[in-house]
Amino acid sequence: MGGRRFAPAVGAALLVAAPLVIPDWMRFILALALAKFPAVLGVALFLRGGMVSFGHAMFYAVGAYAVGFSARWLGLRDVAALLPLGVVLGAAAAALVGLVMARYREVFFAMLNLAFSMMLYGALLKLYWVTGGTDGLAAGVPTFFGWAPPREFLRLVLYYATLATTGLAVWVVYRFLASPLGYFLRARGDNEIRIEYSGESVQRVIYVTYVLSGALGGAAGVLAAFVVGHIVPEYAFWVQSGEFVFIALLGGFESVPGPLVGAIAFEFIRAYASKYFPNEWQMVLGVIMLAIILFRPGGLWAIWEALRGRLGPRAGEVQHA
Amino acid sequence: MRLLTIIVMDGAVFAAVLYLLSVGLTLVFGVLRILNVSHGGLYAVGAYMATSLALRVVGAGANPYLTYAMLLVGPLVVGLVAGPLIERLFLRRIYAADMHIQLLLTFAIFLVLEDLIKLLWGTAPLFASEPYMLLGQFEVGGITYSWYQVCLIAFAVLFGGVLAWAVRATRIGKIVVAVITDREVSQAVGINVDRIFTVAFTLGALCAALGGALIAPTIAVVPGFALDATVLAFAVIAIGGMGSLEGAALGSLIVGLLRSVAVHTVPEVDLVAIYLAMIMVLIVRPEGLFGQLEVRRI
Repeated sequence: MGGRRFAPAVGAALLVAAPLVIPDWMRFILALALAKFPAVLGVALFLRGGMVSFGHAMFYAVGAYAVGFSARWLGLRDVAALLPLGVVLGAAAAALVGLVMARYREVFFAMLNLAFSMMLYGALLKLYWVTGGTDGLAAGVPTFFGWAPPREFLRLVLYYATLATTGLAVWVVYRFLASPLGYFLRARGDNEIRIEYSGESVQRVIYVTYVLSGALGGAAGVLAAFVVGHIVPEYAFWVQSGEFVFIALLGGFESVPGPLVGAIAFEFIRAYASKYFPNEWQMVLGVIMLAIILFRPGGLWAIWEALRGRLGPRAGEVQHA
Repeated sequence: MRLLTIIVMDGAVFAAVLYLLSVGLTLVFGVLRILNVSHGGLYAVGAYMATSLALRVVGAGANPYLTYAMLLVGPLVVGLVAGPLIERLFLRRIYAADMHIQLLLTFAIFLVLEDLIKLLWGTAPLFASEPYMLLGQFEVGGITYSWYQVCLIAFAVLFGGVLAWAVRATRIGKIVVAVITDREVSQAVGINVDRIFTVAFTLGALCAALGGALIAPTIAVVPGFALDATVLAFAVIAIGGMGSLEGAALGSLIVGLLRSVAVHTVPEVDLVAIYLAMIMVLIVRPEGLFGQLEVRRI
């Protein structure tokens, strides 16, 4: 048991210590990866249940635009207020859309999510007198519980706020997966009808998961808006949704740390690829994705688990996170 | 009346392009049961190939009417090379995989194609408007139209007609329909389903590239111009019914006219209207207007 408690602690310690030693640009990439991570977790939940959403960017956009609108009209730019607001709005949007979505599976689920997110994208793009159109909105300089950190520490404080939120999201998702609903969600991929026979409503399982993933997406949107500082309709675009699914697969969605590894790896791959191949970074990502799908469908986390298994096999330990 | 003419004409042009784009997508989905995200990428590659060939022709000082040939040669090359390559190399390995794997794999191919374009043709916009200009324009009720747009509509109708005839009257067409209807039974009666998969995907790629090539003379071809096309094609086949060839035609008409109406009356809602229609259809009739419901397997 000691080893299982030890590894997450080391990971968390690394993430806490990292911004103090790494250069500024790297801190930005790491913060962005952590900010997107909750949204990826939400998508990964559905992947566990054997469902794929090509539209979860809509909740990400809801969170981000909540920040933009608050800054523009209310002058509100406090992370402590906007984060709960983003979560509530994301969950509320998901609660509404989920009423429809819980009835659909497979390709219809993917397509309906896509349609809803593209509708939001279209509205954000065209209602420019409200949303700023392609120019987008500025996020404003964040404050934390009314405290405005000095300029030189702002990035650092924002990083830790992001890390704390991410930690909270991980805890919530762990709790959810350990609950009966979480188990039913995983079972759904195998056989839906047996779940109904055992007395649970599959629609309810999917609905609750959907609302949770919406809340996670909203949180991610708020964080990303502050980290990037700028909000554009592309937050809701289908390519953004594809990116979330990609990150989940890159890291491996069968575990909770997997998407985190995926998110960090993704942002660094993108940063390096766009530095050395400014016009071909998408191709680099695409090739990596092809390689993972064809040769290592479990993602980076599965590679790590396999390596760890080879280096030091631990007898009798069940690997389920 | 004037507005109505504009709406119908614009809608028809848009529908024609959408049809060429989405008929390939629905064919691939029908046969392979894979929603091909890379379809829009093939559309873009087709546009680029045709444009660059047309520019070659113009640059060499040859007969400008040769550019029309290039609009057909370009997509033919793209379809016949990329189609079998993608199907044999990648798709073949994931037919048995979960849907999210299939979606992501084709999404990865889409990303690769997007950048392959920048690698081969650069990031500057390309214009090859000769095919568009050569045919000239005409006037109806004080509004100027180009003959090229009329040809585009005629071509789409003709293409649809040939396709409809091919699936009903030719041997290979009937085989394709058989595979769409039931893959396993088709295999049992001796159809080489593997080969039909390759044929269908190649044909789908060809349609996508052709759609891109024919729209290319009317626009500036820039990287990323197909990002919207991909999801619009999804909307079309979701409305018409995924896997249905008639559905692609009806879906294109609906989306084309809807967008045209929106653009000329309430331009702010053009995208919203299309995706709202897609949502309505998926809610009321998930299998699409022409689709067939699959029996749930226990």
